[in-house]
Amino acid sequence: MTRTVALFVTCLVDLIRPRIGFAAIRALEAAGCDVVVPERQTCCGQPALNSGDRDHAAALAKQTIVALEPYEAIIVPSGSCAGTIRCHYPEIFEHDAHWLSRAQAVAGKTWEVMAYLDQVCGWKPKGVTLDAKATYHDSCSGLRELGIKAQPRRLLKAIDGLTFAPLAGEETCCGFGGAFCVKYPAISNAIVGEKADAIDATGADLLLAGDLGCLMNMAGKLHRRGSKVRAYHAIELIAGMGDGPAIGEEA
Amino acid sequence: MSGFTDRAEAALADPILKIAVERTAGTAEAKRGIAIDAFPDFEAARSRAAAIKDHVIAHLGAYLEQFEANAIAAGAKVHWARTADEACAIVIAICKAEGAKSVARSKSMLGEEIGLPHALAEAGIGRVETDLAEHIIQLADERPSHIIWPAMHKTRDQVSALFKAKHRSPHQEETIAAMAESARRELRTQMLNADVGMSGANFLIADSGAVCTVTNEGNAELSLVPPRVHIVTAGIEKIVPSMPHAIHMLRMLARSATGAALTQYTTFYTGPKRAGDRDGPDAMHIVLVDNGRTKMREEGLAEMLRCIRCGACMNHCVVFRQIGGHAYGGTYPGPMGAVLTPVLDGLAPNRDLIHACTLNGKCQEVCPVRIPLPTLLKGWRDKSWREGLEPTSMRAGLGLWAWIATRPSLYRPVTTIAMRVMRLLGKKGWIASLPLAGGWTRHRDMPRPAAQTFMTQYKKARRP
Repeated sequence: MTRTVALFVTCLVDLIRPRIGFAAIRALEAAGCDVVVPERQTCCGQPALNSGDRDHAAALAKQTIVALEPYEAIIVPSGSCAGTIRCHYPEIFEHDAHWLSRAQAVAGKTWEVMAYLDQVCGWKPKGVTLDAKATYHDSCSGLRELGIKAQPRRLLKAIDGLTFAPLAGEETCCGFGGAFCVKYPAISNAIVGEKADAIDATGADLLLAGDLGCLMNMAGKLHRRGSKVRAYHAIELIAGMGDGPAIGEEA
Repeated sequence: MSGFTDRAEAALADPILKIAVERTAGTAEAKRGIAIDAFPDFEAARSRAAAIKDHVIAHLGAYLEQFEANAIAAGAKVHWARTADEACAIVIAICKAEGAKSVARSKSMLGEEIGLPHALAEAGIGRVETDLAEHIIQLADERPSHIIWPAMHKTRDQVSALFKAKHRSPHQEETIAAMAESARRELRTQMLNADVGMSGANFLIADSGAVCTVTNEGNAELSLVPPRVHIVTAGIEKIVPSMPHAIHMLRMLARSATGAALTQYTTFYTGPKRAGDRDGPDAMHIVLVDNGRTKMREEGLAEMLRCIRCGACMNHCVVFRQIGGHAYGGTYPGPMGAVLTPVLDGLAPNRDLIHACTLNGKCQEVCPVRIPLPTLLKGWRDKSWREGLEPTSMRAGLGLWAWIATRPSLYRPVTTIAMRVMRLLGKKGWIASLPLAGGWTRHRDMPRPAAQTFMTQYKKARRP
């Protein structure tokens, strides 16, 4: 049976790295889904929510709920954006019964893309080959809000030729934290500096993760240091797009 | 630049601090991990610990009255203090009534919170800190940088130099044993000769009126039993209904703090010396301190009152591990400190603390009483925004962005243009310097945005 799912692209993927969105569509279609991209989506409101700006967070949440609620499942290529919809939208409307029930309905059918492919579709990539050694960073929101840990690893293990080097401190925050990294650049830099040390120490060719914000932070630090490690969203490899340009590489 | 940012940057520039913090917190993290793995169903134990605390906090008045009645029945005197100043005034009045010249103090963060060391100094009462790390802090005239290892910011070499400068007969050999012996020589007579012993409480046991302290050095016992008077200052949230509850909390506390199954010394003090006892103080005073706790319960911070002061949140915090405890500027550092300091010292001057957090959730994951620290920090951010404490640039920036983002038909062309402009700033896929995001590009490169947004590419691809 074909499932019709809505892709919530996320603002970072839309603006910085559209490839991640197309990779999500490709993998979802391979898993038998019909993917639609609702027109009236922009940002989930996470930056406002994490800054204490509840009014704007609520306005963006309402817009997103309206755009996404017609679909049977909502798929997000980001643990933190999916976590915002799943865990925090209901909190935003805790004192507004009408919007609370709509937020809960949307929250209940929102999935991070790799979790959806693995847990709901029971799908694995087939015939995907990539000769490379990868290391994986568990982005915090996906890990702790959504329990994303085994799912991307199960999907990635189905890629022929891909080997893995464990990352020391794979569950330790990379120091991105949204606005944190520009508000407290020196602290963020110290944290991502240690993360880059750990990534380089793996000897991996590729750094993989499930959140573009964290990936931009780590890849940007690695590039500034002259590291040869290339960074991708894990869904790009899973969709068979791991042979294209990495983050910061021109096509 | 704020005080916090200055202190944080100074801390980041101090390589010895980094080594010291990493040594202690890193060891604690590793040992805790082993202890939790060996614990049968730690998650259930966390839930039970949280439930015990929630129950007590919901019925705080009743348990405090029960504790008071039982403590009085055991011969103690119970005092109530609404504020830090009231608590200090009560303690000083007791000391003066007893004609106390010297106080031996067993480490208490509540004592730090209410400013007891300062109050004793103002009253001209001698104070000797008997916890080894607090002794180091007292010699160095500093403040604790961690709630269970007050001197975690100092390396052994620094402590050795300090002892040599300050001890009457310092160690000759550079060994830990010789340094500990030097501290023992310095402290022991002062403990035995003190007029008053002072402590906090790890737990107050409602159904017996007992006060529990835990230490690894035995200094609490030696500070509190020989002197004539024992004064306890304790936060009202320290109460547990009974001994079995205290035992459960102790199992959580020691493992979460150091990874040990139990502290070396766990002592329950129930009233002063009784007829026939060989030792113990003639009088025991217990000062129950509110200092904002009742208000926390009323104002959405009840979950923070679960805190048993284990320090796991800071030991596992990526920010604390980089900057140490002093940078936070309050009595309590790290995630729990970032939640508590605005209560104790005001939100406006401590706005940085609630923002200097990546919301990664590790602190909540390791908290033995399941305090949702990131949620509480976000609650402070909400309040700061509501009260207009956030900078105008931030409000204007987020407001403009939200205004555009809530208008998708405007958002598409505006972001398309913005990304085109941003692309012009980069070459070969990367942007090395980005106006308005200097905090990012000072330390790392920014990937150049795609030539066309996802939405543009998608629409083109799907056009029939």
